[in-house]
Amino acid sequence: MSVQGTVVKAQNLDLVFHTGDGDVHALSNVSLDVEKGDFVSFIGPSGCGKTTFLRCIAGLETATGGRLTVNGMSPEEARLSRAYGYVFQAAGLYPWRTIGKNIKLPLEIMGFDKAEQDRRMNNVLQLVDLEGFGGKYPWQLSGGMQQRASIARALAFDADLLLMDEPFGALDEIVRDHLNEQLLKLWARTEKTICFVTHSIPEAVYLSTKIVVMSPRPGRITEVIESPLPKDRPLDIRDTPAFIEIAHRVREGLRAGHGDDV
Amino acid sequence: MSSLEENVGRDWQPTQWRNWAPVLVALALGAIDWRFGLLFAVWLASWWTNAVLARGERRILVAAVFGITMLVLWEMAVRLFAVPLVILPAPSVIGARIAISLPILWGDFVQTAIKGALSGYIMGCGAAVITAVLIDRSKFLQSGLLPVANFAAALPIVGTAPILVMWFGFDWQSKAAVVVVMVFFPMLINTMAGLRASEAMQRDLMRTYGASYWQTLAKLRFPAAMPFIFNGLKICTTLALIGAIVAEFFGSPTQGMGFRISTAVGQLALDTVWAEITIAALAGSAFYGAVALIERGVTFWHPSQRRQR
Amino acid sequence: MNWIRTHVWPIVAVLLALIVVWYVAAAWMNSQWTLDQAARAQTTPSFGEIVADTMAQERPKLPAPHQVAYSFYDLVFDKKITSRRSLVYHAWITLSATLLGFAIGTGLGIALALGIVHNRAMDQSVMPWAIASQTIPILAIAPMIIVVLNSIGISGLIPKAIISAYLSFFPVVVGMVAGLRSPDSMQMDLLKTYNASPVQVLFKLRLPASMPFLFASLKVGIAAALVGAVVGELPVQQGGLGARLLGGSYYGQTIQMWAALFMAAILAAILVFTVARIESGVLKRLGMAR
Repeated sequence: MSVQGTVVKAQNLDLVFHTGDGDVHALSNVSLDVEKGDFVSFIGPSGCGKTTFLRCIAGLETATGGRLTVNGMSPEEARLSRAYGYVFQAAGLYPWRTIGKNIKLPLEIMGFDKAEQDRRMNNVLQLVDLEGFGGKYPWQLSGGMQQRASIARALAFDADLLLMDEPFGALDEIVRDHLNEQLLKLWARTEKTICFVTHSIPEAVYLSTKIVVMSPRPGRITEVIESPLPKDRPLDIRDTPAFIEIAHRVREGLRAGHGDDV
Repeated sequence: MSSLEENVGRDWQPTQWRNWAPVLVALALGAIDWRFGLLFAVWLASWWTNAVLARGERRILVAAVFGITMLVLWEMAVRLFAVPLVILPAPSVIGARIAISLPILWGDFVQTAIKGALSGYIMGCGAAVITAVLIDRSKFLQSGLLPVANFAAALPIVGTAPILVMWFGFDWQSKAAVVVVMVFFPMLINTMAGLRASEAMQRDLMRTYGASYWQTLAKLRFPAAMPFIFNGLKICTTLALIGAIVAEFFGSPTQGMGFRISTAVGQLALDTVWAEITIAALAGSAFYGAVALIERGVTFWHPSQRRQR
Repeated sequence: MNWIRTHVWPIVAVLLALIVVWYVAAAWMNSQWTLDQAARAQTTPSFGEIVADTMAQERPKLPAPHQVAYSFYDLVFDKKITSRRSLVYHAWITLSATLLGFAIGTGLGIALALGIVHNRAMDQSVMPWAIASQTIPILAIAPMIIVVLNSIGISGLIPKAIISAYLSFFPVVVGMVAGLRSPDSMQMDLLKTYNASPVQVLFKLRLPASMPFLFASLKVGIAAALVGAVVGELPVQQGGLGARLLGGSYYGQTIQMWAALFMAAILAAILVFTVARIESGVLKRLGMAR
């Protein structure tokens, strides 16, 4: 990477949830560095803590042990300084606001002036190919368009870090392929750092520069795979031997972490 | 009669028999008393009309035919059987009474619906929404107040009317007070439910923006609560009118719908009573309709409203 | 223990706060009368004496909680339940009318709902009016029903029960129609593939599916039925809690009014609670308990 600097730094992170049925070890001894400009995917079966880790980075959960910094700050401070944009599994657009007003929501909260709000809204609508849909309501759009709007909403305030929690999990494969391709272009154009949670191996391999394989009980990192694929990736890269080789390594990593309880 | 039976008997089929049975009933009733037969025949004619109409998509027409039929049957029954006015006046008599006493009815309407019900409705619902917001940050108060409010909403609160009339006097103030007490708890319950209605994911989104409590309230939780708040507002329209009218049974100035009903009942002037009830029904529907109309404007985005568009 | 701390203690705290507010309000509202009396007797009572007096007046504007509690205990437990002074006697009069009316209203409501769901013409004719009728202050006709029925020789239980029935009827119709229609098209199609008859569809699918809706309506309905019975007792003084309320307000016996009001509240609580218990039992048997 041309730009240097560690965006997310986790050291021996632990998180234990106290529930009625006893303690759940959601994260155990998780250490990871995310460098500026990285596209990091977190992959693993459900319950492996990938979403929990993302929520820790966002300051939505607080770790019970270890150290975690985002841009050199605590996650809580990073949240309050609006250091990242978060994209959820569902678009979560407010149905009473138009697409344009939804994108302006973070801008209103952060106190941008009206002219700047309009400028940025038009800018990000263009980035996600939704020009002309600013006046529509979310429920008048398809699922894929809604998810694109929610990405635009996360981009609107121009944070350098983008946290995405299975953003395309609820979409069908054709739409997902299309959005994956667009996301890569967006990443190249904006030079953001992206943390991306998924449970699809092809998606993780296609998108990432770094694939973090996780496994459950307790949630932990079992393997970190650096991808040798070039930054410019057409969709048919998925048929190349290099791609299949990495996918194979990810699959092996998942199987090793899974142990016998499949 | 006998030729009909022969006809039916020749190729007897259950469906045919069912088609003719109502006519036989009409004829049989007519044989007992021609007036019964006539009423039944009118009802039958309208029912068949509606059965045919209902196959299409003319819902308003069907409901209107049914409503008009009821009025016609009522009018006919009262006239045919010469029902005395002190038991049941005919719709035409009630209509005439409304036409004659419009100024009185208007005065009653203003006294009860505007001064009593509407002012109490605004105060009670407003107080409930403010209370819900005030206790919103305290889990302790919420878990204490919600069961109490749920309990209070099921109580016969109109029973407090005589006490409040003693406290606030006979004029509209005491009626407004009854309305305030009646609408407060249902409104509080609905607003509290509404403020909890936003999804966890949407609240997380606001947290990722580092939004303050009041920003989250204004931009997310209040808009998300609107369908619940309007549900409460709609329920309370009816409660408000009931409260204002019933409170007048316990004492009022010489004006108001409840006052007029209770005195006219005493004088057995049932046409006036029915005129007043008609106005009350119209006022209730209009009040509810107005709130529903505002709701449609405010919560146009909600799935329940979207389908109607 | 945790449950008590998070659920019981807040309610107790809110109720205690209400009682404190009540005492303060009673002292404040009744002090005027005390001061008037003192002025007439040309004495100047101390603050303590004023407060003590406001708690023990015979006809206070707002009786203190302990006065109401004492009167309630006296009227419920110390009077023979057949006596016209016993609150239990009056509560029974109101309760019998409520229950009879509720039974009639619920029965007719369910019957009409069945008709509406199975007959398109009936649906389109009646349903709009049933919904519209919920926006009407039906309670306003209560005095008329009582007096008119009285004038043709029907008095006592029946007229009040009719009002109660009328009030509980419409919520049951609307709720039951929604409930009978709640099975989704997939569930209906499944029974269609079995070539089930309408009666089978009704008993195997529609009725069980409607139970949560029915009970929600029944809770509204029984509370409404009680209100109907109480209001129905206003025009004719033939006993019942409504009559006690109006009688109390005629003669300024505020303590007695509050006792009657509490009796009505307790009655409402018992009725709604009973319906809720039956509901949870039925839903549990149907595997719908949440």
